[in-house]
Amino acid sequence: MTTTPEKAVEKSDLVTVTIDGVQVSVPKDTLVIRAAEQIGVQIPRFCDHPLLAPAGACRQCLVDVPDAGNGRGFPKPQASCTLPVAEGMVVSTQESSPVADKAQRGVMELLLINHPLDCPVCDKGGECPLQNQAMSNGQGESRFSDDRNRGVKRTFPKPINLSPTVLLDRERCIVCQRCTRFADEIAGDPFIELLERGAQQQIGIAEDAPFLSYFSGNVIQICPVGALTSEQYRFRSRPFDLVSTAGVAEHDACGSAIRIDHRRGKVLRRQSGNDPAVNEEWITDKDRFAFAYAQSEDRLVYPQVRDEDGSLRPASWPEAFAVAARGLAAAKQAGGVGVLTGGRLTVEDAYAYSKFARVALGTNDIDFRARPLSAEEAAFLASSVALTGPGNGGVTYDDLESAAKVVLVGLEPEDEAGAVFLRLRKSVRAGGTEVISLAPYTTRGLAKVSARVVPTVPGEEAAGLDALAPELDAGSVLLVGERLATIPGALSAAAAVAASTGARLAWVPRRAGDRGAVEAGCLPNLLPGGRPTADAGARVDVAAAWGVDVLPETEGRDADAIVAALVTGELGGLVIAGVDPDDTSDPAATRAAIDAAGFVVAFDLRRTDVTDVADVVFPVAPTTDKAGTFVNWEGRVRPWEAALRNPASLPELRALSGIADELAHLGHGSPLGFRTVDEARAEMAQLGPWDGERPRLDTPSPGGSGYSTTLGDGDLVLATWKQSLDNGSLQDGDKYLKATARTPVVLVSRAVHDSHGPTITLTGDRGSMTLPAEIADDLVDGVVWVPSNSVGNGVLADLASPGTTVTIAGGAA
Amino acid sequence: MTDMLTPVLTDMWDVEQGWKLAPYESKGGYAALDIAFGMSQDDVITAVKDSGLRGRGGAGFPTGMKWSFIPQDNPRPKYLVVNADESEPGTCKDIPLMMGNPHVLVEGVIISSYAIRANKAFIYIRGEVLHVIRRVQAAVEEAYAAGHLGKNIHGSGYDLDVVVHAGAGAYICGEETALLEGLEGRRGQPRLRPPFPAVAGLYASPTVINNVESIASVPAIVKNGAAWFASMGTEKSKGHGIFSLSGHVQNPGQYEAPLGITLRELLDLAGGIRHGHEIKFWTPGGSSTPLLTAEHLDIPLDFEGVGAVGSMLGTRALQIFDETVCVVRAVLRWTEFYKHESCGKCTPCREGTWWLVQALTRLENGQGTEADLDQLLDQCDNILGRSFCALGDGATSPISSSIEHFRDEYLAHLAHGGCPFDAARSTAWAGTEVSA
Repeated sequence: MTTTPEKAVEKSDLVTVTIDGVQVSVPKDTLVIRAAEQIGVQIPRFCDHPLLAPAGACRQCLVDVPDAGNGRGFPKPQASCTLPVAEGMVVSTQESSPVADKAQRGVMELLLINHPLDCPVCDKGGECPLQNQAMSNGQGESRFSDDRNRGVKRTFPKPINLSPTVLLDRERCIVCQRCTRFADEIAGDPFIELLERGAQQQIGIAEDAPFLSYFSGNVIQICPVGALTSEQYRFRSRPFDLVSTAGVAEHDACGSAIRIDHRRGKVLRRQSGNDPAVNEEWITDKDRFAFAYAQSEDRLVYPQVRDEDGSLRPASWPEAFAVAARGLAAAKQAGGVGVLTGGRLTVEDAYAYSKFARVALGTNDIDFRARPLSAEEAAFLASSVALTGPGNGGVTYDDLESAAKVVLVGLEPEDEAGAVFLRLRKSVRAGGTEVISLAPYTTRGLAKVSARVVPTVPGEEAAGLDALAPELDAGSVLLVGERLATIPGALSAAAAVAASTGARLAWVPRRAGDRGAVEAGCLPNLLPGGRPTADAGARVDVAAAWGVDVLPETEGRDADAIVAALVTGELGGLVIAGVDPDDTSDPAATRAAIDAAGFVVAFDLRRTDVTDVADVVFPVAPTTDKAGTFVNWEGRVRPWEAALRNPASLPELRALSGIADELAHLGHGSPLGFRTVDEARAEMAQLGPWDGERPRLDTPSPGGSGYSTTLGDGDLVLATWKQSLDNGSLQDGDKYLKATARTPVVLVSRAVHDSHGPTITLTGDRGSMTLPAEIADDLVDGVVWVPSNSVGNGVLADLASPGTTVTIAGGAA
Repeated sequence: MTDMLTPVLTDMWDVEQGWKLAPYESKGGYAALDIAFGMSQDDVITAVKDSGLRGRGGAGFPTGMKWSFIPQDNPRPKYLVVNADESEPGTCKDIPLMMGNPHVLVEGVIISSYAIRANKAFIYIRGEVLHVIRRVQAAVEEAYAAGHLGKNIHGSGYDLDVVVHAGAGAYICGEETALLEGLEGRRGQPRLRPPFPAVAGLYASPTVINNVESIASVPAIVKNGAAWFASMGTEKSKGHGIFSLSGHVQNPGQYEAPLGITLRELLDLAGGIRHGHEIKFWTPGGSSTPLLTAEHLDIPLDFEGVGAVGSMLGTRALQIFDETVCVVRAVLRWTEFYKHESCGKCTPCREGTWWLVQALTRLENGQGTEADLDQLLDQCDNILGRSFCALGDGATSPISSSIEHFRDEYLAHLAHGGCPFDAARSTAWAGTEVSA
């Protein structure tokens, strides 16, 4: 794993202070509370949080400062969370100063007078900073509520909903303002605020504005008491009954560190991990709350094969391996088998598919891209994305913070990469970075990073990049999203602009497995380790490592070509893993291809339209049930170990290995040579990255895309992307989370709204969609925006391909 | 006896419609502007420094020094903010001053803004006193019409705009950083310092915040000279100040006198304690200043003199209580005020005032033991100097000082099983028998 090197600190920037008689040197501007941590003294605190601006509100961290560094002391105890160190400063904490100790005990006693004693039923009980620090730095007995002085506590009706997911028990709140500061400073969604005053002061929302934020769950985690709880977890468990396992979030390509808390084989909640190099201490609500999908009723738990009567029936694993192998062997002879792996695989599983396609099926017809794609993109991934990473000059989160300019193209980070959005916002707020976005309008997320929006009609990104080039230099970073795949010339333009200006380039896909699939060679033009299929040396390299004589030489079919070949019968069979046809370039064609395929082996977590028509169905282990690795957009390797032990839940590489063994018995190809994640990891490590020449990115041939150049009267270009919270199947099962999704609307210009009214029907070549209309003030002329997967079967299935034109009409169809 | 008075700010109060521009100008009003504009800005600051004027809002920080902290190399605009959020129990000087002589404040604002190179000034007036807000607004309008405000004032090339802002009813907004938050349209809670307002105050720009009386004192200093001002008062507390007497005195009201005058002298001016009674305790500067007793009648009322006996000069709000008043009752009422006005930001003040009221209520009802008195003092010790701003400190002052001076009276409540006083006797109408 790559770690960020310690930031070099100039000797002259160090300040030496004496804390409890111990001298310690820390960088200047360090707060006393953190300098004390350096010598092992924990000063109790509530409002302090290292990632939030100091507040000094709770006063729990008071220390005595007999010398402020100028020979004079402070007459009163000082809040160590707001006091920066000064050369020669002398600090006495509760460890050495009776004054500080009494001040802290006094504050703790005051904090507790209005705090309910409902710890036995409080979610936070057992992991509660107030509880813990009351033990370590408080008195055992209260003077407020003993029999002699029965004080009256302030009470509130409880709880109230701040949002569909976040609940507030006001009487537990110690108004430390961590949540309001998070909402304001970090997420940029300041929909919670302090109300009232004195002991009645409380956190609240405006009547018509709940705390709807993609990051709202973080406030629950940083709440130092049990005031903020989630609908999902409230009253479900006690922390001391939970087993915590480190994990990596599977909902986007950010690679966010998470903590999976489970009990008796069931995940009860997820928390953010703490990885300063990646997601710091924040995760999106999707990462936090969307995990019920893996525990849903329709989860596949055993293999199935199609019976003679045409129905699917349960089968043993060995039988399923054998049936799959026989069918694939036949299909191979009937023209070949295509492999569509989807974007959610661990890199180990992706590697298994990649090897399976080459050595067992003898084909390069493999593609992980379950979405609109292009040959230009495949070439771009091979030339400019594969093998880049934090260790070799790849763009990192830290680079986003130090970049003078970050240009976003085909990427809406708040929706598509939450951790990237938060890091950009942090950087912008610190005043260092300007975010520039080629986008059709100023999204809420772009507004929150004060982005300079270069109004861009979808399809014109390449020209926009060229126009932006003169102001970019080596201090700039280009982040390109996967939406650029289908925009002719856009990815090539990004690579060319990066090369000519010195700006650094990174590709930020949407799905957690996308980048790993590139590295594992789940592409028609790439073998594992970034090796070009077309390069004989690369093929020899891989063949030698795999102990096979030859590898297929011709570049394979991409996903669209596999679909086409299945429809025409050129390909005889399909291995398909976690692909929803409605996500693909042409949903109807993909469905037709699956129907047309002579033999289909489907891998999936849950029953789907695809598994219903497959010939053999293998269940898939969710990320909790297996060890695995995601490679995030940086190229950073993010491994994890299994959280749950579920013997029936096998990684795909085990099943593929079983099928390959059977195929080898039938005389087709060779076995995979590994059966466990560890064995796959070892083999991948041994194979290593390609050290030969990287393929060049040739200028693409123009045309071949659906992007409109001429508009008919009343036609509008369709702009679309998936919102963070939508109808995605990995969000199934949590109604509270779903309720926080943004209301699907069609965004139009004011003129269009004026002429068509508040309800609009869009019609494209695949159907019609009726939605409430909202005005986006700076929407580029001639463009209409809808969320990709928030209504019906999604835009690709129900309306049209992005970038094509749609017609608009007022009212419902 | 009245020769002890030094009517400067209050000089206009008995003039017919003295709050209007014409009477003010006829008595030499706005003449100090041209003198100031004839001086360099730094010379005006120096004059105020030399005068020894110290902040009249309570803390007594030297006004000229505060002005000199404004970093003139900072490219952002500078602001003057006048703190007219007078809300301290007992304090009643800025409000009558703005009613009786609003133009002296406006004139002071112009000179002070000129000195600190501000082109925009704000007067933040307590929201409850609508009549005062209207009067100051009217004065500002008159000043604009007469060319004392706006562009190129008196042909000096200096521009100034003044905004009169109404508060929304929070005592905490008298705290200068909470006031700035309120002025910016935010929730009125004190800000973390540093940065200090002089560096990053209103809209993160260099800002001077001064009390009404401090600013209103400036024109006379410019007109009559620093030495004239410094000739009044005591060695370290120079000049004149408005002393407001309230409570059990014959003639309550505002008495403008040199700092260092004693309460005995002021009482003589005010006709003494109400007939047939004697002084029991008093506050030198509002309820936040530790209370004093009859033995302190002769201490000089300046920053040093009051500080020497363990209290603070504060806002010279002299609340006089005679022997009919139960000190426990008075202190509880003040404490209820602080509980009501605690902004809630920090724990000691928010929770502490909640608890103090309950503890004092029990004592007033005669419940508890002497140990509860010590516990009350310990509570105060856990609040004093531990809270975010001075509000929490102020809440403890009446309690700890009253226990210091009147411990026996607290104990009498416990022995008596309740308050031994007849509350009616302390009222203004006590002794006026009503018969059917």
